[in-house]
Amino acid sequence: MNDEKVRGKIQDAKTRVKNFDEVELGYTKKEAIAEASRCLHCVNPRCVQGCPVGIMIPEFIKCIKEDNLEGAYEVIAKSSSLPAICGRVCPQEKQCEAMCIKGLKGDAISIGSLERYVADNVGEIKLKKPKSNGKKVAIVGSGPSGLSCAYDLAKAGFSVTIFEILHKPGGVLTYGIPEFRLPKAIVQKQIDSLKQLGVEIICDVLVGNTISLDELEKEYDAVFLGTGAGLPKFMGIPGEDANGVFSANEVLTRINLMGSFKDDSKTPIKKVKKAYVIGGGNVAMDAVRSLKRLGIDAHIMYRRSEEELPARLMEVGHAKEEGIVFDLLTNPKEILVDENNNVVGMNVVNMNLTEPGEDGRRGVVEDESSLHKVDCDMVVMALGTSPNHSAVKNSKIELSDKGLIVVENSKTSLKNVYAGGDAVTGAATVILAMEAGKKAAQEIIEKIK
Amino acid sequence: MYKIIYNKKISSNSYEMAVKAPLVIENFIPGQFCIVMGKEDSERIPLTIYDTDKDKGILYLIYQVVGASTLELSKLEDELFSVSGPLGNGNEICSNIKEFKGKKICYVAGGVGIAPVYPQVKYLHENGIKVDVIYGARNVELLLIRPKIEKVVDKIRYATDDGSFGTKGLVTDLLEKNINDYDYVVTIGPVIMMKFVVDVCKKYNKPSIVSMNPLMVDGSGMCGACRCKVDGKVKFACIHGPEFPGDKVDFDLALKRMNIYKEEETKLYDKMKKEIGVDKHE
Repeated sequence: MNDEKVRGKIQDAKTRVKNFDEVELGYTKKEAIAEASRCLHCVNPRCVQGCPVGIMIPEFIKCIKEDNLEGAYEVIAKSSSLPAICGRVCPQEKQCEAMCIKGLKGDAISIGSLERYVADNVGEIKLKKPKSNGKKVAIVGSGPSGLSCAYDLAKAGFSVTIFEILHKPGGVLTYGIPEFRLPKAIVQKQIDSLKQLGVEIICDVLVGNTISLDELEKEYDAVFLGTGAGLPKFMGIPGEDANGVFSANEVLTRINLMGSFKDDSKTPIKKVKKAYVIGGGNVAMDAVRSLKRLGIDAHIMYRRSEEELPARLMEVGHAKEEGIVFDLLTNPKEILVDENNNVVGMNVVNMNLTEPGEDGRRGVVEDESSLHKVDCDMVVMALGTSPNHSAVKNSKIELSDKGLIVVENSKTSLKNVYAGGDAVTGAATVILAMEAGKKAAQEIIEKIK
Repeated sequence: MYKIIYNKKISSNSYEMAVKAPLVIENFIPGQFCIVMGKEDSERIPLTIYDTDKDKGILYLIYQVVGASTLELSKLEDELFSVSGPLGNGNEICSNIKEFKGKKICYVAGGVGIAPVYPQVKYLHENGIKVDVIYGARNVELLLIRPKIEKVVDKIRYATDDGSFGTKGLVTDLLEKNINDYDYVVTIGPVIMMKFVVDVCKKYNKPSIVSMNPLMVDGSGMCGACRCKVDGKVKFACIHGPEFPGDKVDFDLALKRMNIYKEEETKLYDKMKKEIGVDKHE
């Protein structure tokens, strides 16, 4: 029996490297119903266990089969506040879809694509502002953890105010993940639905500077810190302060938040000939694919092999289709510059994998004899982040050895101050941050009545 | 959106803007800065906070027209799209008044660098610390806010390149002549000026503080565009600075890093000049 999953249309690779429009075009009604019909509706659905926020997946898929989008949306909305976003950026292949029983012998149900189909096609959902319970919560940061925390609190009747440093809300959804993977109109739609619930978003505020955490603690019944991952890491190699070396965050912020891919943009971006993005995670993929769309010969340089790439398989696949070159088992030793401090190349070495360590991850050792030069005029560091303490400076909040905020059941060491997302875990995924925001909201709802 | 009270020209290339932004100034410590966007599609640019009126919630900015973004800013009349701040850390002396009681402090400012110097000197003056200022510009017309700064200094010395006001010559000449009077030097102005001021301080073994003004995007530590090398280590001016010990800063690198987008900036400036017209700024 032919039981392959239904593949939605995607923009052809040759076309899409010339634009920033979304790659995956999403299911049509016919495709969605066909895919939904593959679901076995297991009595004990394993997919639900695989979902960090526990969406009743078979239930919403059943609604799709019956062409009942409102019903499907209601099922999802019970557990998730950002379905249009999660349907697009969750690593389903490691979560719900990885657990799908059909995946054992063939293709798992395309749960992410179905979730997205519901969110994109349900039409306008009018959310009613719930009855106030008289309690106020301040949320620091409008990224995925803050938004999901705000959503659940607002639904429970809390008066919620979100503080955001940038001029647009959304955090990494806005500045980080590119338009071609997550259109900003989708993010805006989700933020608008929060506003319908009465959530107030105040931009241009750096908590810790504009308003201190102390002031928020006094003014609000609870505070949730969803301040995100923090400062971009650099390698510490010679030449790294050259003019053509950027963090992936900077490149992505210029392109996504400031729109510098547009011809009439007032924020510049370097349109160089050849760029290397150092790293193998999702941020590296986002950066390299964005650069490719600017007409740059864009490469990934990663010290481990393809198998260890931390990025989502789908993103790696899309990147390859788009002509991104993967220089694997290679690592920079030095960035070479000209007399004006511009990048002209790198000295790099090949790496050999070692046996997996205690964490199950394979290490690498340099093959010193392999030192060689590569030409390029831009290097982008996508190496992760280290904590940013701007929001909690001058407070006595407990931090871990790594500088992350310590929480127990979402609560920090400060009274009525909660935290979640990358500020607590270090750089992770949108859905894990959302889950953390949701959990914190539950804790706040229980403790602060 | 933030209401502009006024946006007026105060020299051939500089403007003063008063804007209603109560949140930005409520917790302002002299030495901090802000990031503004003229319009919704504008670039985010770091600007100096020159003065505040906490009762009325008014923020005063002084900026020089140096490119497309500041030219666009100079044409605004009603509303400023975005202003976030105060960003960065407060001035070391203003934040630790007690430690500096009885110390002799000299501020060395160049051009629009007087704007961030003013709130610091005013704050120190109000807190009983006497401060001298050495202030230089190309000519008398480019010396800004003289009546205001003169009210809060103990002594002020001027230097102009053409001798049209004060001493003919550079601020470094004036500093070197008088440096033995001081325990601390704070300098704010063009990077090249700060570099030479720090050289004088080093020569006479005087501690110095400089305020760096590199390229920035978010201003909250997220992008790393503003990184400087201080004591051989990478520091982000937005959250670790903007002030650093002068003798530890790699100025040559800072000078080079200012040119990262020079080509693109020139193109944008030319385009903006054509689009919205330009008064004589050069």
